Amino acid sequence: MLSLLQKLSSGLQKTRSSLVEGIHRVVNKARGLDAEVLEGLEEQLLLSDMGWETVEQIMEQLRRRASAANAFNAEEILQILKQELNEQLRGVAHGPLNTETAKPYIISVVGVNGAGKTTTIGKLAHLFSTQERKVLVAAADTFRAAAVEQLDVWRHRAGVDIVHAQPGADPAAVAFDALKAAMSRQVDVLLIDTAGRLHTKGNLMAELTKVNKVLERQCAGAPHAVLLVIDAGTGQNGLIQAKEFTKAAPITGLVITKLDGTAKGGIVFSIVRQLGLPICYIGLGEKIDDLEPFEPETFIEALFQ
Amino acid sequence: MFQELSEKFESVLRRLRGQGRLTEANISEALRDVRRVLLEADVNYKIARQFIADVEKRAVGQEVLKSITPGQQVIKIIYDELCKLLGEKEAPLLFSNRLPNAIMLVGLQGSGKTTLAGKLARHLRKKGRNPLLVAADVHRPAAIQQLQVIGKSLDIQTFSEEGRDVPAICRHAIEHARKNMLDTILIDTAGRLHVDDEMMQEVRRVKETVDPTEILFVADGMTGQDAVNTAQAFLQQLDFSGAVLTKMDGDARGGAALSIRAVTQKPIKFLSVGEKLDQLEPFYPDRMASRILGMGDVVSLVEKAQEAVNADQAFRLEKKLRRQEFDLEDFLEQLQQVKKMGPLQDILAMLPGVQNKAFKSMQVDERALIRVEAMIHSMTLAERANPSIINGSRRKRIAAGSGVTVQEINRLLNQFEMMKKMIKMMKHKSGGNRLPFGF
Repeated sequence: MLSLLQKLSSGLQKTRSSLVEGIHRVVNKARGLDAEVLEGLEEQLLLSDMGWETVEQIMEQLRRRASAANAFNAEEILQILKQELNEQLRGVAHGPLNTETAKPYIISVVGVNGAGKTTTIGKLAHLFSTQERKVLVAAADTFRAAAVEQLDVWRHRAGVDIVHAQPGADPAAVAFDALKAAMSRQVDVLLIDTAGRLHTKGNLMAELTKVNKVLERQCAGAPHAVLLVIDAGTGQNGLIQAKEFTKAAPITGLVITKLDGTAKGGIVFSIVRQLGLPICYIGLGEKIDDLEPFEPETFIEALFQ
Repeated sequence: MFQELSEKFESVLRRLRGQGRLTEANISEALRDVRRVLLEADVNYKIARQFIADVEKRAVGQEVLKSITPGQQVIKIIYDELCKLLGEKEAPLLFSNRLPNAIMLVGLQGSGKTTLAGKLARHLRKKGRNPLLVAADVHRPAAIQQLQVIGKSLDIQTFSEEGRDVPAICRHAIEHARKNMLDTILIDTAGRLHVDDEMMQEVRRVKETVDPTEILFVADGMTGQDAVNTAQAFLQQLDFSGAVLTKMDGDARGGAALSIRAVTQKPIKFLSVGEKLDQLEPFYPDRMASRILGMGDVVSLVEKAQEAVNADQAFRLEKKLRRQEFDLEDFLEQLQQVKKMGPLQDILAMLPGVQNKAFKSMQVDERALIRVEAMIHSMTLAERANPSIINGSRRKRIAAGSGVTVQEINRLLNQFEMMKKMIKMMKHKSGGNRLPFGF
């Protein structure tokens, strides 16, 4: 098996080649901290979807630090930028979930349509069962056509059980049944797949709140984790998504999917900065083991190799 | 959609509107804000920069100095440039005489291709065609079932096959369509990353096999800066004929529309605006551009109003309003004209300044209009001309005649009185200016 860094590096190849090579190009040319260099760096950061505000702040820090440190050398400036990005992510405990704090440990997976929730659940089910945890998945997406069948394929691949209901059933009822089943079957981890929903749909967000309430009534502290799945290609709307979903179902962590493309996922910087949410996992492909725990240092190292 | 961008633009441009004369300094300040607005709306950085440069080039110097109202001039330039970027006119689907026509849907994972396939199938059937859905996504678990469920709910045939040879599946689908007199096949391909060579080769082979009349690049309306890269790569590999933006019912600002359009020069053909299969809209570039600018869709509104309101009637009404002779008969006439203009919600959305939050969630009850109409119809001509004669027993009769309660009659009459008062106040305030569209 590839090391984490290797895998991340290969998955992030595209991100690196466009973002970092761009920065290298700019920095290498640099004789000093002139406006052109800074503008070039700013451009590269903006092109990563980091968002205006975040980039402004990072650039301000970079200017200050670089001139304070008398850093006019290309490599030095890059180091300072790296440090700065690191600090944007630090302060929040990122990384994988510790599912041993409760039994069953209940994870609800939410997000907008097409973010990659079901695929992520398949990968998580696989991950936890390789850790010798007994896993159950619940198909609470009773709305989208063939969502249950899709999850069913994944759970077969992962070799875990499923609880599902008829299309159109109440998702909260599915969650309730799944929780009952998880308790009686001595399940360690229950993964709940919810329907994709845009955060602007009030009634669908209320539905999410209801699912959580039903879970909590049955089992204090549940759901123990609510993971918001965000497509790496998402632009500034990602921040709004994170804010709105947090209102309906307090998000405990993020999963960034589709980082194996050219999308840079820079919006996570803004989400972490503004909402203090940890990033738990990243998705790097369509295979069942294409999921890695998020690690800020590695993530940034991989960005700047 | 684009509402947030409109709101931002409105706040940026309001500053310009207030100033008598533009200086280079305040143009560049406003343009910096506009650039920021575009970036926050996910317009690609490079495209936003180009856009600003174009506007600046046109705004600074001669044109602005000559202009009497420089603020309006800049708004006009920004609007024109935005229109240019978005594409100047509406782009419908193209068909050929060689049957069956094939339409391919391509794009990244999770962009909404399968749902769109259902929506397009429904759209085609409404246009009198006989579509066949083709399940060409053999990669994602249950993608075929998803398309089958959608097809079944629409009562439209879905073609699928065991096996993973996608070009062969498509070839068989064409044969099936020929045999069954189906004139259009909609191919739902698997989502794929543009950097996945193997998958891109597969979709190129599908293109060679079916020789499609349309290839639609399906993109998530929430996409950020990367929209440019994916659109460019898909264009290079497939030379697609148009794009569709999905999930536009959310609050994403949809800058991806500008980006995709600008780098590919291909038209955006539809907006997909919900999970139900009838939630598909044509893409109107000019309408979008004016909405982005917070100008409201003034042009369309004026056109609509002109169609609906007979100029003669409007003139008569205006005179009556001025002389305080506005009665329920006129009110009824107005209602009927408003109804001719189309759903109230659409009209509200077109008005400048109606982009704000208070209106966004407002539901307009069209049936309320019908009830009001019925109430006025149940009145005698004398009552309509002089509502003050409507006493208790008349109210009861009118209520019975129009199938409403007396309370509703009371409410209507109170509202009418209030409206008359407001018109009176408006007249004093505006100093007798021409009322817009005869209202």
